Amino acid sequence: MKDMSYQAVMGRRNEIMKASLGIDFTDFIQSPIAFDYERMMRETGYALEDIVRIQAETKVGNTPLFELTNLTEAVRAFAGPGKGARILVKDEAANAGGSFKARRAAISAFEAKKRGYKGLVAATSGNYGAAVASQAAMRGLKCIIVQEVFDSRGVGQPEILEKSRACEAYGAEVQRLSVGPELFFQLLLTLETTGFFNASLYTPFGIKGVETLGVEVAEQVRARYGKDPDAVVITHAGGGNLTGTARGLIAAGSTGTRVVACSVDLGGLHMASDTDFNRKSFTTGHTGFGVPFATWPDRVDVPRNAARSLRYMDEYQLVTQGEVFYVTELLAKLEGLERGPAGNTSLTAAVTLARTMDRDQIVVVQETEYTGAGKHHNRQLSFARENGIEVRVGDPRENVPGKAIVIPERLDQVQGSVQDMEKLRMSYLRNAAKAHPAALWTGADRAFLAADLKKDIDWVATAAATL
Amino acid sequence: MNVIPKGTWVEIERVLLQPEDRAPHLPEETRICPYVLRISGFLQEDAELGAQVTVRSLIGHTHQGVLKVVNPSYSHSFGATVPELLHIGVRP
Repeated sequence: MKDMSYQAVMGRRNEIMKASLGIDFTDFIQSPIAFDYERMMRETGYALEDIVRIQAETKVGNTPLFELTNLTEAVRAFAGPGKGARILVKDEAANAGGSFKARRAAISAFEAKKRGYKGLVAATSGNYGAAVASQAAMRGLKCIIVQEVFDSRGVGQPEILEKSRACEAYGAEVQRLSVGPELFFQLLLTLETTGFFNASLYTPFGIKGVETLGVEVAEQVRARYGKDPDAVVITHAGGGNLTGTARGLIAAGSTGTRVVACSVDLGGLHMASDTDFNRKSFTTGHTGFGVPFATWPDRVDVPRNAARSLRYMDEYQLVTQGEVFYVTELLAKLEGLERGPAGNTSLTAAVTLARTMDRDQIVVVQETEYTGAGKHHNRQLSFARENGIEVRVGDPRENVPGKAIVIPERLDQVQGSVQDMEKLRMSYLRNAAKAHPAALWTGADRAFLAADLKKDIDWVATAAATL
Repeated sequence: MNVIPKGTWVEIERVLLQPEDRAPHLPEETRICPYVLRISGFLQEDAELGAQVTVRSLIGHTHQGVLKVVNPSYSHSFGATVPELLHIGVRP
């Protein structure tokens, strides 16, 4: 009988991962920090044309790109002379499962089926669960979704309850868990006892699947406007959405496009706190994931993460919960689209960007997600109120995560805030130095770090000297 | 006591980790709580609420735990109307 204690299961993580992924990461690893990222993406992934075909088989991809003319006009009403870029949105809610996550799940499900696994397991409280369950259903695979759902009072976050429902609707077994990082322990145990495939968000399959999204954005914008998008805004949590989209833009030759990350600011709330759990009105796309994953990607359920956001990120915007709720409501009222919080996070940043960009420029919001009971912003706000959080109309700068959600009075109050990229890069370097002391970094390590930070080797050498 | 018949769709609960067995470095308010699993499935034997039972999930896997809910349902909603949203985007 195997030891099923927390320590024992965590101690077996590498062997469990290897059996459940079929990828031997040691092939690519060069040092405690460096690995051959591009070779890993090439050799374990699929060619772009294969991915397009696989996704088309299971109702994924080729989603519509809409110009939000009324919202653009609303921004131009207060933007300075000549300012107010066109805002476009890629309606990823049209994918099977209701979000862009279907692009990632499609490739994992295809790979699992091809290699003879009987089922898939994913640890996720987000849209990815529904995406994996939906793709598994189409491929005739069993599916287990492991979710963090409820606090010690037994109260579930309404958005996650909806995701539990959706996963069951697609025929999955849903393991609903209380608050804590032991979600990973339960994932490992489940992988070990079932022998199922680990549909991790962070494998090359999960990232290659998103590349088609970047390619479609570039091609659709070119076909309609005869130019590349000037900026693409991407809601950022674990980094896969940004990494895959940016790689797709590059693959399509759209190399001059600014890649802008956006997260909801939940600063001050602890992600493993039982009491903070239901004081968050966003379950993903927030700084609780976005910042740690940007500044150290290799904190995930695979030995090396294929999602490496700082490799591609030009800018990182934060927005408040109140600002996103305002823009979500406005999208319905002005554009006739009711959509969920994930895409509307980047839409909020797009409003702030469009305001400063020229009228002939184009900013693309590259995803939407479905909304409905539980996920809907009205439910998130009423739930916040039930949990003692103040909800009022006013200046969004007075927003305090976990205490007050301030909904703007007017669109021109939606301003967001720009993160200091150099601080993020230095934070990444400090984490790298924790994993492998800077004094031991070789030329290969510095070259890897430079690529991972979108900087040159000289920058890494200078920055490392200040650690 | 009411006997719940075998085959009924139910929810069970099981403590996966007692507080002392949980991950290190948890915030205090999390560390004092057991780590709990809830899962739904078809009851594998006649049983009463609170009994230790086995269920078979939608994918046919069996799980053990304490019988908590008969016919578990989703009741999440759109919530009480939040008047603070109603001014947004209304055109005169």
